Amino acid sequence: MVSTQLTAQLSAEPTTISRRPSAAGRRRRRRGVFAAYAFVLPGFALYALVMLYPAVQTLLLSMRDWHIAPGAVSPWVGIANYTKAFGDPIFLNSLLNSAVYTAVTVPLQIVIGLGLAVLLDSKLPGRTAFRVLFYLPVVTSWVVVSLLFQYMFSSGDGAANAVVVDLLHVVPNNVAWFQGRWTAIAAICILGTWKGIGWSMLIFLAALTGVPKELHEAAAIDGAGAFKRFQHVSLPSIRPAMTVVVILLVIGGFNVFISVFLMTGGGPDNQTQVPLTYMYDQAFKYYKFGYGSAISFSLTALVLVISGIQYWWTRRSTRM
Amino acid sequence: MTTSQRRRRIDYAIRYLILGTAAAVLVYPFLYMLSTSFKTRSLVLGAPLDLIPSNPTLDNYAQALGANNFGRYFVNSAMVAVVSTALIVALSSMMAYAFSRLTFPGKRVLFTAIVVGLAIPTMMLIIPQFLLARDLHLLNSLQGLVPFYVGTALGFNTFLLAGFFETIPRELDEAMIVDGAGPWRRYWSLALPLARPALATTVIFAFLGTWDEFAWALTVLNDTDVRTLPIAISLFQGQHSTSWGLVFAASMIAIVPVLIVYIVFQRFFVAGLTTGAVKG
Repeated sequence: MVSTQLTAQLSAEPTTISRRPSAAGRRRRRRGVFAAYAFVLPGFALYALVMLYPAVQTLLLSMRDWHIAPGAVSPWVGIANYTKAFGDPIFLNSLLNSAVYTAVTVPLQIVIGLGLAVLLDSKLPGRTAFRVLFYLPVVTSWVVVSLLFQYMFSSGDGAANAVVVDLLHVVPNNVAWFQGRWTAIAAICILGTWKGIGWSMLIFLAALTGVPKELHEAAAIDGAGAFKRFQHVSLPSIRPAMTVVVILLVIGGFNVFISVFLMTGGGPDNQTQVPLTYMYDQAFKYYKFGYGSAISFSLTALVLVISGIQYWWTRRSTRM
Repeated sequence: MTTSQRRRRIDYAIRYLILGTAAAVLVYPFLYMLSTSFKTRSLVLGAPLDLIPSNPTLDNYAQALGANNFGRYFVNSAMVAVVSTALIVALSSMMAYAFSRLTFPGKRVLFTAIVVGLAIPTMMLIIPQFLLARDLHLLNSLQGLVPFYVGTALGFNTFLLAGFFETIPRELDEAMIVDGAGPWRRYWSLALPLARPALATTVIFAFLGTWDEFAWALTVLNDTDVRTLPIAISLFQGQHSTSWGLVFAASMIAIVPVLIVYIVFQRFFVAGLTTGAVKG
């Protein structure tokens, strides 16, 4: 894709330098280099200041017992914040909660998103209207939809209770969704799935549109039914898109924050904390910046390892 | 009617049935929010599934717009989003142009640093960013939001635009070089006009990202008069925990600009997603 084109072009670059330039040519080249830096440096300096420098700082902070007061000494404590985190039941529970959130929302988003994309992948009148509607939750602010779902799942006469009690009769009495760990996480999962379906639908739809029509026609002539064609023609063609969607959704799942922060605030009694809400509490409620950084860094490292394994695994299985 | 026509009709009917059900489920919460925003306080907790309020009222909108500096928050968000978007588009298109068309020592290292940064979740950096903002005296001000919004968005947008610049034929650049055009002229009058669709995508994602940003604004802003809309709405809910009609009237006002941008430019969303394949 884009990245391979660019790296190919970047690695081809140095060959032009080997010619011995004249004095005028050298001057022109030097001016060219100055111009290039004028293009790159304003943006890159800002990027380095607010992204690269803090990334390194997260690691350094995580190894100190940080004291926020100006002039206070913040001693180095090595890996103490990490050993504390991995012995902290709330942090471990928060990891479990985000793992459950990921395990529930990622497959649902993929299956429903792919299903809708397949249904939309034809010359259907009204196709654009459906696409626009399905993507609506994706563009709406997390703050607004979190409050909206908090209201819909509110224990009194929220819409969610009206559906499960009066409409579907699956439970006899109103559920106090946010009073229990798993009912609260269920509500958060429903929000996450609802908000994300449109995104995976759009990526799958773009990938399906790229599948050559001739392949489908050839398979149909060979007597393959709709399901067989989906399995043997569409699915293999959208594999690269599938890899990207799975990896990005898993990263997004472990990094869930605003919905939990606004809907439960990690409560009741820290039971619905996820790593980022717990980190945020530690840092900005209790000012434990060292401990918070250790949580941040652990989460990011864990997620990078998981994505690395996913990437390696899909590459290995496609080669076979 | 032939068999194949009948089968086609049945196929369409099934498709529409499933798509229609999915659309209804996905849109229902929005209608619910809209309907609640027109309900009076006492009726909010009445019949939850009714979408048409019996005595619709604009009181919530009047109250949201009138009270609590709401206009101020709207202007704050708009200013921050517009300034950040302009800077993101300018700086990332310049970087992308240099990575795609110019030669300079250290190019590979800098580009790798951009790509690596794409894997870092912004929330991971919030603690050191807070300390940095404190040291630079950028806490508790709208100007303080902008450098962080711009800096964190540059990586993705530079990557997206560099990919697009790669698709512009090099012969066009070479023709302009023969005519004596320097890099600035080639950037300004060749690359930018040709990259208009990709720039539109950048504008949209940058605007939506900064308009909706919550975590950083929540962390660095304290005073009432520098709040942005997402902060104001979340606090609204805290202060008026039973006045959901008011909360959703404020929410509706906040999402209207987003909906306008989205519906007018919706085709660019597909372009942006498929070139970048990064979650917006």
